[in-house]
Amino acid sequence: MTLDAAGLVSFSFYLFAAITVASGLLVITARNPVHSVLWLILAFFSSAGLFVLLGAEFLAMLLVIVYVGAVAVLFLFVVMMLDIDFVRLREGFQQYLPFGLIIAGILVGELITLGGVWQAVGDVSANLADKAPDATEVDNTAALGQLIYTQYIFIFQTAGMVLLVAMIGAIVLTLRSRPGVKKQNIGRQNARRPDEAFRLVDVESGQGVDPSAFRQTGDRE
Amino acid sequence: MPGIGLEHYLTVAAILFVFGIMGIFLNRKNVIIILMSVELILLAVNINLVAFSTHLGDLTGQVLAMFVLTVAAAEAAIGLAILVIYFRSRGSIEVEDINQMKG
Repeated sequence: MTLDAAGLVSFSFYLFAAITVASGLLVITARNPVHSVLWLILAFFSSAGLFVLLGAEFLAMLLVIVYVGAVAVLFLFVVMMLDIDFVRLREGFQQYLPFGLIIAGILVGELITLGGVWQAVGDVSANLADKAPDATEVDNTAALGQLIYTQYIFIFQTAGMVLLVAMIGAIVLTLRSRPGVKKQNIGRQNARRPDEAFRLVDVESGQGVDPSAFRQTGDRE
Repeated sequence: MPGIGLEHYLTVAAILFVFGIMGIFLNRKNVIIILMSVELILLAVNINLVAFSTHLGDLTGQVLAMFVLTVAAAEAAIGLAILVIYFRSRGSIEVEDINQMKG
Protein backbone atom coordinates (compact mmCIF):
# COMPACT_ATOMS: atom_id res chain seq x y z
CA MET A 1 0.00 0.00 0.00
CA THR A 2 1.41 3.36 -0.96
CA LEU A 3 0.65 6.43 1.07
CA ASP A 4 0.26 9.82 -0.55
CA ALA A 5 0.66 13.02 1.46
CA ALA A 6 -2.98 13.22 2.57
CA GLY A 7 -2.98 9.56 3.54
CA LEU A 8 0.15 10.09 5.59
CA VAL A 9 -1.50 13.01 7.39
CA SER A 10 -4.58 10.91 8.12
CA PHE A 11 -2.47 8.01 9.34
CA SER A 12 -0.41 10.29 11.59
CA PHE A 13 -3.53 11.94 12.97
CA TYR A 14 -5.17 8.64 13.88
CA LEU A 15 -1.93 7.36 15.39
CA PHE A 16 -1.34 10.42 17.56
CA ALA A 17 -5.01 10.76 18.47
CA ALA A 18 -5.26 7.11 19.52
CA ILE A 19 -2.11 7.35 21.65
CA THR A 20 -3.30 10.62 23.23
CA VAL A 21 -6.72 9.23 24.13
CA ALA A 22 -5.39 5.87 25.35
CA SER A 23 -2.73 7.44 27.55
CA GLY A 24 -5.27 9.97 28.82
CA LEU A 25 -7.44 7.08 29.95
CA LEU A 26 -4.48 5.35 31.57
CA VAL A 27 -3.55 8.53 33.47
CA ILE A 28 -6.77 8.35 35.44
CA THR A 29 -6.94 4.56 35.82
CA ALA A 30 -3.33 3.53 36.51
CA ARG A 31 -2.84 1.97 39.93
CA ASN A 32 0.50 3.59 40.60
CA PRO A 33 0.67 7.41 40.38
CA VAL A 34 4.21 7.15 39.00
CA HIS A 35 2.77 5.30 36.02
CA SER A 36 0.07 7.96 35.79
CA VAL A 37 2.74 10.64 35.43
CA LEU A 38 4.52 8.61 32.75
CA TRP A 39 1.25 8.19 30.82
CA LEU A 40 0.68 11.93 31.18
CA ILE A 41 4.07 12.54 29.58
CA LEU A 42 3.08 10.25 26.68
CA ALA A 43 -0.25 12.09 26.32
CA PHE A 44 1.52 15.45 26.11
CA PHE A 45 4.09 14.09 23.69
CA SER A 46 1.53 12.70 21.28
CA SER A 47 -0.62 15.82 21.47
CA ALA A 48 2.51 17.76 20.55
CA GLY A 49 2.44 15.54 17.45
CA LEU A 50 -1.16 16.65 16.86
CA PHE A 51 -0.06 20.28 17.14
CA VAL A 52 2.61 19.70 14.51
CA LEU A 53 -0.06 18.23 12.22
CA LEU A 54 -2.12 21.37 12.80
CA GLY A 55 0.80 23.56 11.77
CA ALA A 56 1.47 24.96 15.24
CA GLU A 57 5.10 23.90 15.51
CA PHE A 58 6.03 26.48 18.13
CA LEU A 59 3.30 25.36 20.52
CA ALA A 60 4.27 21.74 19.92
CA MET A 61 7.86 22.44 20.94
CA LEU A 62 6.60 24.50 23.89
CA LEU A 63 4.46 21.58 24.98
CA VAL A 64 7.39 19.19 24.83
CA ILE A 65 9.78 21.55 26.62
CA VAL A 66 7.44 22.96 29.25
CA TYR A 67 5.34 19.89 29.98
CA VAL A 68 7.56 16.91 29.29
CA GLY A 69 10.66 18.78 30.44
CA ALA A 70 9.40 20.68 33.45
CA VAL A 71 5.88 20.03 34.69
CA ALA A 72 5.89 16.25 34.31
CA VAL A 73 9.31 15.99 35.94
CA LEU A 74 8.00 18.17 38.77
CA PHE A 75 5.10 15.75 39.18
CA LEU A 76 7.51 12.80 39.14
CA PHE A 77 9.67 14.43 41.79
CA VAL A 78 6.72 15.09 44.07
CA VAL A 79 5.22 11.61 43.61
CA MET A 80 8.53 9.93 44.35
CA MET A 81 9.55 12.32 47.14
CA LEU A 82 6.40 11.92 49.20
CA ASP A 83 6.14 8.56 50.90
CA ILE A 84 2.47 8.01 50.20
CA ASP A 85 0.39 4.96 50.93
CA PHE A 86 -1.07 4.61 47.46
CA VAL A 87 -3.22 1.61 48.32
CA ARG A 88 -5.22 3.67 50.80
CA LEU A 89 -5.67 6.38 48.20
CA ARG A 90 -7.09 3.85 45.75
CA GLU A 91 -9.93 3.10 48.14
CA GLY A 92 -13.24 4.31 46.82
CA PHE A 93 -12.29 3.94 43.16
CA GLN A 94 -15.00 1.30 42.67
CA GLN A 95 -17.38 3.30 44.83
CA TYR A 96 -16.99 6.48 42.78
CA LEU A 97 -16.94 4.65 39.43
CA PRO A 98 -20.74 4.69 38.78
CA PHE A 99 -21.01 8.35 39.73
CA GLY A 100 -18.02 9.26 37.56
CA LEU A 101 -19.47 7.32 34.64
CA ILE A 102 -22.83 9.08 35.06
CA ILE A 103 -21.14 12.50 35.04
CA ALA A 104 -19.03 11.51 32.03
CA GLY A 105 -22.12 10.19 30.24
CA ILE A 106 -24.02 13.43 30.85
CA LEU A 107 -21.04 15.44 29.60
CA VAL A 108 -20.66 13.27 26.48
CA GLY A 109 -24.39 13.60 25.78
CA GLU A 110 -24.16 17.37 26.08
CA LEU A 111 -21.14 17.55 23.81
CA ILE A 112 -22.80 15.33 21.19
CA THR A 113 -25.94 17.48 21.34
CA LEU A 114 -23.79 20.55 20.93
CA GLY A 115 -21.95 18.98 18.00
CA GLY A 116 -25.29 18.10 16.40
CA VAL A 117 -26.72 21.59 16.44
CA TRP A 118 -23.44 23.42 15.84
CA GLN A 119 -23.03 24.96 12.43
CA ALA A 120 -19.89 26.71 11.31
CA VAL A 121 -20.34 30.25 10.06
CA GLY A 122 -19.58 30.43 6.36
CA ASP A 123 -16.83 32.90 5.61
CA VAL A 124 -15.20 34.57 8.60
CA SER A 125 -12.12 35.88 6.85
CA ALA A 126 -13.30 39.48 7.31
CA ASN A 127 -13.68 39.08 11.08
CA LEU A 128 -10.29 37.61 11.99
CA ALA A 129 -8.41 39.30 14.81
CA ASP A 130 -4.94 38.29 13.63
CA LYS A 131 -4.89 36.72 10.22
CA ALA A 132 -2.27 34.02 10.00
CA PRO A 133 0.31 34.77 7.30
CA ASP A 134 0.96 32.32 4.50
CA ALA A 135 2.81 29.40 6.02
CA THR A 136 5.11 29.15 3.03
CA GLU A 137 6.39 32.70 3.58
CA VAL A 138 6.48 33.19 7.35
CA ASP A 139 6.85 30.15 9.54
CA ASN A 140 4.72 29.62 12.61
CA THR A 141 7.29 30.66 15.21
CA ALA A 142 8.12 33.93 13.45
CA ALA A 143 4.45 34.75 12.95
CA LEU A 144 3.67 34.12 16.63
CA GLY A 145 6.68 36.20 17.67
CA GLN A 146 5.59 39.11 15.51
CA LEU A 147 2.20 38.98 17.23
CA ILE A 148 3.32 38.40 20.82
CA TYR A 149 5.98 41.10 20.87
CA THR A 150 3.77 43.77 19.31
CA GLN A 151 0.07 43.45 19.83
CA TYR A 152 0.08 41.20 22.89
CA ILE A 153 3.16 42.59 24.61
CA PHE A 154 1.32 43.55 27.80
CA ILE A 155 -0.39 40.16 28.09
CA PHE A 156 2.99 38.57 27.46
CA GLN A 157 4.51 40.59 30.31
CA THR A 158 1.58 39.64 32.52
CA ALA A 159 2.23 35.97 31.76
CA GLY A 160 5.81 36.53 32.89
CA MET A 161 4.51 38.09 36.10
CA VAL A 162 2.24 35.08 36.66
CA LEU A 163 5.25 32.78 36.35
CA LEU A 164 7.30 34.99 38.70
CA VAL A 165 4.54 35.01 41.31
CA ALA A 166 4.18 31.22 40.97
CA MET A 167 7.92 30.76 41.42
CA ILE A 168 8.13 33.01 44.50
CA GLY A 169 4.95 31.47 45.89
CA ALA A 170 6.25 27.93 45.52
CA ILE A 171 9.54 28.87 47.21
CA VAL A 172 7.82 30.73 50.06
CA LEU A 173 5.36 27.88 50.61
CA THR A 174 7.94 25.12 50.80
CA LEU A 175 10.71 27.02 52.59
CA ARG A 176 10.79 26.11 56.25
CA SER A 177 12.90 27.38 59.12
CA ARG A 178 13.42 24.57 61.53
CA PRO A 179 14.11 25.47 65.17
CA GLY A 180 17.31 24.22 66.72
CA VAL A 181 19.39 24.49 63.56
CA LYS A 182 22.47 26.73 63.72
CA LYS A 183 22.48 29.29 60.98
CA GLN A 184 24.66 32.19 59.99
CA ASN A 185 23.30 35.59 61.04
CA ILE A 186 25.12 37.89 58.67
CA GLY A 187 23.76 41.13 60.14
CA ARG A 188 24.93 40.25 63.61
CA GLN A 189 28.24 39.01 62.24
CA ASN A 190 28.91 42.31 60.51
CA ALA A 191 27.83 44.36 63.52
CA ARG A 192 30.29 42.56 65.78
CA ARG A 193 33.08 44.79 67.20
CA PRO A 194 36.39 43.75 68.75
CA ASP A 195 35.49 45.18 72.15
CA GLU A 196 32.44 42.92 72.41
CA ALA A 197 34.14 39.95 70.83
CA PHE A 198 36.76 39.37 73.52
CA ARG A 199 37.72 40.64 76.95
CA LEU A 200 40.92 40.39 78.95
CA VAL A 201 40.46 39.09 82.44
CA ASP A 202 42.95 38.86 85.25
CA VAL A 203 42.40 35.45 86.69
CA GLU A 204 43.19 35.05 90.34
CA SER A 205 45.42 32.11 90.94
CA GLY A 206 43.41 29.04 91.88
CA GLN A 207 40.03 30.81 91.46
CA GLY A 208 39.04 30.24 87.82
CA VAL A 209 36.54 32.33 85.91
CA ASP A 210 32.78 32.37 86.19
CA PRO A 211 31.61 31.48 82.65
CA SER A 212 28.19 33.07 83.08
CA ALA A 213 29.81 36.51 83.15
CA PHE A 214 30.95 36.00 79.55
CA ARG A 215 27.63 35.13 78.01
CA GLN A 216 26.42 37.86 75.71
CA THR A 217 22.85 38.73 75.01
CA GLY A 218 21.75 37.04 71.80
CA ASP A 219 24.08 34.09 72.14
CA ARG A 220 22.57 30.77 71.35
CA GLU A 221 22.55 28.30 74.18
CA MET B 1 -9.45 7.31 4.81
CA PRO B 2 -11.37 10.59 4.76
CA GLY B 3 -9.54 13.88 5.13
CA ILE B 4 -8.79 15.15 8.59
CA GLY B 5 -10.85 18.20 9.46
CA LEU B 6 -11.72 20.36 12.42
CA GLU B 7 -14.23 17.85 13.76
CA HIS B 8 -11.59 15.15 14.22
CA TYR B 9 -9.49 17.35 16.46
CA LEU B 10 -12.54 18.56 18.38
CA THR B 11 -13.52 14.93 19.00
CA VAL B 12 -10.09 14.09 20.40
CA ALA B 13 -10.22 17.19 22.62
CA ALA B 14 -13.73 16.31 23.82
CA ILE B 15 -12.69 12.75 24.72
CA LEU B 16 -9.66 14.06 26.59
CA PHE B 17 -11.81 16.62 28.41
CA VAL B 18 -14.28 13.95 29.52
CA PHE B 19 -11.41 11.76 30.72
CA GLY B 20 -10.12 14.69 32.75
CA ILE B 21 -13.50 15.27 34.39
CA MET B 22 -13.87 11.55 35.03
CA GLY B 23 -10.41 11.42 36.60
CA ILE B 24 -11.42 14.01 39.17
CA PHE B 25 -14.42 11.92 40.19
CA LEU B 26 -12.69 8.53 40.16
CA ASN B 27 -9.64 9.54 42.19
CA ARG B 28 -11.36 11.68 44.78
CA LYS B 29 -8.76 10.81 47.42
CA ASN B 30 -5.56 11.41 45.49
CA VAL B 31 -4.71 15.07 44.95
CA ILE B 32 -1.85 14.25 42.58
CA ILE B 33 -4.14 12.46 40.12
CA ILE B 34 -6.68 15.29 40.43
CA LEU B 35 -3.94 17.80 39.49
CA MET B 36 -3.02 15.59 36.53
CA SER B 37 -6.68 15.46 35.49
CA VAL B 38 -6.75 19.26 35.52
CA GLU B 39 -3.69 19.20 33.25
CA LEU B 40 -5.55 16.85 30.90
CA ILE B 41 -8.53 19.22 30.81
CA LEU B 42 -6.27 22.17 29.99
CA LEU B 43 -4.58 20.11 27.28
CA ALA B 44 -7.98 19.42 25.74
CA VAL B 45 -8.71 23.16 25.81
CA ASN B 46 -5.39 23.82 24.11
CA ILE B 47 -6.12 21.30 21.36
CA ASN B 48 -9.47 23.03 20.78
CA LEU B 49 -7.83 26.46 20.60
CA VAL B 50 -5.12 25.36 18.19
CA ALA B 51 -7.57 23.40 16.01
CA PHE B 52 -9.84 26.42 15.64
CA SER B 53 -6.84 28.68 15.11
CA THR B 54 -5.68 26.56 12.18
CA HIS B 55 -9.18 26.07 10.83
CA LEU B 56 -9.97 29.79 10.77
CA GLY B 57 -6.49 30.96 9.83
CA ASP B 58 -6.36 33.19 12.90
CA LEU B 59 -3.26 33.20 15.09
CA THR B 60 -5.01 34.56 18.19
CA GLY B 61 -5.98 31.04 19.22
CA GLN B 62 -2.36 29.97 19.37
CA VAL B 63 -1.41 33.06 21.39
CA LEU B 64 -4.20 32.24 23.85
CA ALA B 65 -3.09 28.59 23.97
CA MET B 66 0.39 29.79 24.92
CA PHE B 67 -1.00 31.80 27.83
CA VAL B 68 -3.15 28.86 28.92
CA LEU B 69 0.06 26.80 28.94
CA THR B 70 1.73 29.44 31.15
CA VAL B 71 -1.11 29.48 33.65
CA ALA B 72 -1.23 25.67 33.69
CA ALA B 73 2.47 25.49 34.52
CA ALA B 74 2.08 28.06 37.30
CA GLU B 75 -0.92 26.18 38.67
CA ALA B 76 0.99 22.90 38.72
CA ALA B 77 3.92 24.49 40.57
CA ILE B 78 1.74 26.12 43.22
CA GLY B 79 -0.49 23.06 43.58
CA LEU B 80 2.44 20.73 44.10
CA ALA B 81 4.03 23.16 46.59
CA ILE B 82 0.80 23.19 48.60
CA LEU B 83 0.75 19.39 48.36
CA VAL B 84 4.30 19.14 49.73
CA ILE B 85 3.62 21.35 52.76
CA TYR B 86 0.31 19.59 53.33
CA PHE B 87 2.02 16.21 53.32
CA ARG B 88 4.70 17.57 55.64
CA SER B 89 2.20 18.62 58.25
CA ARG B 90 -0.34 15.78 57.90
CA GLY B 91 1.63 12.77 56.66
CA SER B 92 -0.97 11.97 54.01
CA ILE B 93 -2.55 13.64 50.99
CA GLU B 94 -6.12 12.50 51.39
CA VAL B 95 -8.55 15.05 50.06
CA GLU B 96 -11.07 14.39 52.80
CA ASP B 97 -8.76 15.83 55.46
CA ILE B 98 -7.93 18.99 53.55
CA ASN B 99 -10.82 20.98 55.02
CA GLN B 100 -8.74 21.08 58.20
CA MET B 101 -6.53 23.64 56.44
CA LYS B 102 -9.15 26.33 56.93
CA GLY B 103 -7.92 26.75 60.48
